[in-house]
Amino acid sequence: MAMPRLLAEGLLKSAMTEIAPAADDEALAQLAARVDTAAHRRLGRSLSIRHVDAGSCNGCELELHALGNAFYDLERFGLRFVASPRHADVLLVTGPVTHNMREALERTFAATPGPKWVLACGDCATGCGMFSGGYACLNGVGDVLPVDVVIPGCPPNPTALLEGLLALMEDGRAKRHR
Amino acid sequence: MSVVGDIIARSRVVEHHRPWTRAIVDADTWEGVIDVLADGTLSLLSLWGEPGWAHAAVMAAGGGQPLVLSLACPGGRYPSVGARHPPAIRLERALFDLYGLIPDGALDRRPWLDHGRWDVRQPLGANAPADSREPYRFVTSEGESLHQIAVGPVHAGIIEPGHFRFAANGETVVRLEARLGYLHRGVVARMAGLAPQEAARFAARACGDSTVAYSTAFAHAVEAALEVAAPPRAQALRGVMAEMERLANHLGDIGAICNDAAFALMHAHCGVLREQVLRAAAAVFSHRLMMDSITPGGVAVDLGPDDLRILRDLIALVRDRFPPLVSLYDDTASLQDRTVGTGWVAPHLARQFAAGGYVGRASSRVFDARQTVPYAPYDTLGVEACVREAGDVNARVWVRIDEVDQSLTLIERLLDGLPEGPARTDLPKGSGEGLALVEGFRGDVLAWVRVMEGRVERCHLRDPSWFQWPLLEACIEGNIVADFPLCNKSFNCAYAGVDL
Repeated sequence: MAMPRLLAEGLLKSAMTEIAPAADDEALAQLAARVDTAAHRRLGRSLSIRHVDAGSCNGCELELHALGNAFYDLERFGLRFVASPRHADVLLVTGPVTHNMREALERTFAATPGPKWVLACGDCATGCGMFSGGYACLNGVGDVLPVDVVIPGCPPNPTALLEGLLALMEDGRAKRHR
Repeated sequence: MSVVGDIIARSRVVEHHRPWTRAIVDADTWEGVIDVLADGTLSLLSLWGEPGWAHAAVMAAGGGQPLVLSLACPGGRYPSVGARHPPAIRLERALFDLYGLIPDGALDRRPWLDHGRWDVRQPLGANAPADSREPYRFVTSEGESLHQIAVGPVHAGIIEPGHFRFAANGETVVRLEARLGYLHRGVVARMAGLAPQEAARFAARACGDSTVAYSTAFAHAVEAALEVAAPPRAQALRGVMAEMERLANHLGDIGAICNDAAFALMHAHCGVLREQVLRAAAAVFSHRLMMDSITPGGVAVDLGPDDLRILRDLIALVRDRFPPLVSLYDDTASLQDRTVGTGWVAPHLARQFAAGGYVGRASSRVFDARQTVPYAPYDTLGVEACVREAGDVNARVWVRIDEVDQSLTLIERLLDGLPEGPARTDLPKGSGEGLALVEGFRGDVLAWVRVMEGRVERCHLRDPSWFQWPLLEACIEGNIVADFPLCNKSFNCAYAGVDL
């Protein structure tokens, strides 16, 4: 009888979801300079994200996963992670980009249809992490792909991730209404 | 005399290696050790090296003190362990890629970490300009109607990268071979030359979901090398963090395994509990994953009275919410249909590979570093390994369920007996070598370090998944392709921790 009880509780209790955080102004400004107005008019509030781990310790991935839990519930913002770059508008890249992942990252970018944006997520990806350079790593996503937005943090917590992602959305809407 | 004692008696013991012995052995003794690894008397804990030396850590299969063996390799060659004891094969391949040490008689000489993308070869050995490379050859499978399925390194979900090559007959998997190394960041090379406190930041990022386990293992190794002990309060707080990490990961895994059997309800509820553990960690230890909260010499954050209340509230909450979820798991026939009997790991393989964590314990292997090689704070708590016999996905879920209960009790007991006093101590600027074995949520993490005059000269970190990935490949044989995600999630092997 565990399932009926749990489902009933779910109906009766109030939602766990947090109030949506405000978009981060700096990220918004940074984005505003880059995002194509016309393309965003088409995308509206439906943005598909493809994640690529290019050398992360897995910390960023854990927090990206947390975006899907009942507290953050990413999909209510019209943002969702998709299984293929062919379905994606945004590539969200974590890690400093290891040499061993460089080609896979480039091919994932090539497989993503335009218009598309690149989000560098976490300190490693932004090139200010501890793992830049050396024989095994490049210096962040910017060494390989044109980066539109960065989300700092080691790892960025879900709120920081949401702010970064919402910046992308809010900006799109602002331009669409202009 | 025990096998380990016998080896020590015949070897030259290295001074200043603590707390366990490092013995310099000759080639005959090395070969003899391979014999007793192959017959199951000893278990391999790790294999690593440095220019001119191969090192192996072993322990008696039934438990006992770990022992490090060192063999001089003039000419850069050593007798292959993997030739007769397969768990060593991938470690030997990695050792060659980084240091150029050649395992004589090895059956598999393919590269492992070196994908031919670096500017140099053997970066920690010869460090010579890279040469041209043959394409990587996967192990072949022959037979009628076999086809290959290539997956990765970029997967469909929010997952770490790795390549899986399946040979399948229709839906039935005949062979799986994993190819990893995509995440190789050169972690241990970056640690060399740093002060232990700085190097600890790299250990904390070896594997994000096990940051507490790695930080603790590295801290233990450094403290052993420098003959200093963290204060009792710090040791208790490390225990609290370790159990919080175990709790968060097990809750996440239990939900995610059910999600891979298309049972999203468990995933949603377990995800809420996991989030609550992370929030408590953020409130109490200033970081959701507790990264950098443990440093050599102690802990970076101490607890106040409010923090104790937050942790006690968390325990009460999980105690209240978790049992109905366990009933839900156990009472849902459609879910049990997927997990029971799927992905069976033979007990003899778990023993042979000395597979740690829920992978080994779900297949009857009684090993938990907290019990087998007890360290503070567990040495006085009397932890008993949670063992199951069935060896399937369901058994791996149940080991986690049992360990959630165990962790709640351990946190409670640690908080009840939390010693007063300082939470860290200064490190002396000495020299020495240290070895540590710490039970992370996934299994035992090994750390070895050599400190010279207050600087890390060399470090080795061995993830539990080195000995779990091969068993995933073994257990998938005969299962259908669609059950691979389920088996894979029930292992939840590390990529970053193995690739380093």
